[in-house]
Amino acid sequence: MRRQVPLVLCFAFGIVMALTEFSPHRWSRWINKEVIDWSLIIGPFALVIAIATLVQTHWARIRRRSEYWQYSFLVFIGMIIMLGFGIPFGQKDPVFVWLFDYVQVPMDATMFSLLAFFIASAAYRAFRARTLEATLLLGAALIVMIGNVPIGDVIWNAVMPFRDNLPSEARQWILDNPNLSARRGIILGISLGVISQSIRIILGIERSYLGGVEGE
Amino acid sequence: MKGQKIFCPLPVVQGLVISLFVLGCCLNVFAQVVAPPQNVEAIDTPNDDGKSITVSWAKSLDDGAEAESVTGYKVLRKSPDGEFEEVAPIPVGTTRYVDEGTERGVAYSYIVQAITAGGLTADSEATLPVKATGEWFHSGKKWLLLAVLLYSAAVVYCIYHARSGKELFIRRIPGLEAVDEAIGRATEMGRSIMYILGLGGVSNVATIASMNILSQVAQKTADYETPLRVPCNDPIVMNVVQEMVKTAYLNEGRPDAYNEENIFFLTESQFAYAAGVDGMMVREKPAAVFLQGTFYAESLILAETGNSIGAIQIAGTDKEHQLPFFIAACDYTLIGEELFAASAYLSREPMLLGSLKGQDYGKVMIFGAIVIGVILELCGIPWMTTFFQQVK
Repeated sequence: MRRQVPLVLCFAFGIVMALTEFSPHRWSRWINKEVIDWSLIIGPFALVIAIATLVQTHWARIRRRSEYWQYSFLVFIGMIIMLGFGIPFGQKDPVFVWLFDYVQVPMDATMFSLLAFFIASAAYRAFRARTLEATLLLGAALIVMIGNVPIGDVIWNAVMPFRDNLPSEARQWILDNPNLSARRGIILGISLGVISQSIRIILGIERSYLGGVEGE
Repeated sequence: MKGQKIFCPLPVVQGLVISLFVLGCCLNVFAQVVAPPQNVEAIDTPNDDGKSITVSWAKSLDDGAEAESVTGYKVLRKSPDGEFEEVAPIPVGTTRYVDEGTERGVAYSYIVQAITAGGLTADSEATLPVKATGEWFHSGKKWLLLAVLLYSAAVVYCIYHARSGKELFIRRIPGLEAVDEAIGRATEMGRSIMYILGLGGVSNVATIASMNILSQVAQKTADYETPLRVPCNDPIVMNVVQEMVKTAYLNEGRPDAYNEENIFFLTESQFAYAAGVDGMMVREKPAAVFLQGTFYAESLILAETGNSIGAIQIAGTDKEHQLPFFIAACDYTLIGEELFAASAYLSREPMLLGSLKGQDYGKVMIFGAIVIGVILELCGIPWMTTFFQQVK
């Protein structure tokens, strides 16, 4: 029973939601919206459990004095401060907004900006011309990089006056033809995979997500 | 000439003047007439939920004329028990308007009025009354439905064909072959395995695919008693994953090895999640890192950190923009449908493997369509291109 009910629900909702995609009727749209709304309602309940887990995990680390247990204090300090201003005074409270704008957003931006350095290190490894494929990748990357910066065209036009703006045109050609073709190939594969996976789930053949393993 | 009576045509002149005046007035009046819009038609908007009527017309003959040209239109609507009322002003040159202010089941008539800069108007004939009704099937999606049904039929056929026990050939996927190697390496080194499910929610198909792979990984870590750490970004995903991993450990007869604290909620914030996972990677130095699911800008931040600690990394995502980052930073990357094939590939369950065969048939269908389309285009026949452009 514990397994059958979710499978039946999954089959029924899977088929119905798939059909609503092909029906513009108001009842069809209503069902679609209602089901999505219900799935959104589950979120806050799960969040309570998740926060409880978070507190439990970090409290246990402090209690056991696990390695780097001091960081767990920071979790509680941050949580208490944000809850202390957010719950009684609401999300428009100036202190709450200040904490968000001048603490969380800059920290997010800092993490995001690290991406530039990670791209540089990853590109260094990827573009080492050790094989034919890597050399082609290096060549394409160089053209795209030069074509992306305005100075690329300026230098080209000054040095090679026979064809203006060739770097940016070459960059665009690479993006529009080989790059886009490869991307679309991958997207087609992903779409087929998604449909296939959905069929397996709807038919109850794949059921690991229910907390079991296949073939049980 | 003396005594000759000179003809004085005063009445004639007067008559002439009056005639010219009348003619001038008539010409002036004719110059101010504007042609109304032609062929006005109102129809129930196709493929909608029954809340709109589409009005179309042919432009007034004075639309675009140099002098006294039409400067715009007005659509007027009349319900059964009302008068014609303006619905919307329409810019000049337009020949179609979708009226979304209608009520279902009520019959409306329409008039389209041409307007000039001088304020002259010309009404079209009133249309026949028409009701807005909702359609049960979107006729523009019939080809899409057919394609989905054909592909689904191929997958279902292959799934049930696989039940016969006939061995299916499935091409080798190096990224999935390396799963055992990664777990074995972590076990030998006595370090943990970190499994990152990405930022997708539980309704995301890539996240479900990732959870299926995690289920297989959890069975093996239960066998080898290797710690499995799963930091979660979504609370619902965390709950499902806890249940899944617990069951996997139970099925392997190692419920004692399951530690619920290893599957925990970190944060919903994208970069805070990346910072948290990076911190754990640097501190705990897991021997293997799995990055499977939906990833955005944090993909390279995670993958490069994993690379810097020397972990063997197996990645896979449905976000094709993130694939180059994973390819550059990870040891193995599942590309495209490989992510969705993973659980079938790892479990070797015949029915699941059958669905992979169905996927291949789908690819053959698409490949065939591409080849035929290219040949037709080269022959100057754009039929296939036009057909696919129409499919919504």
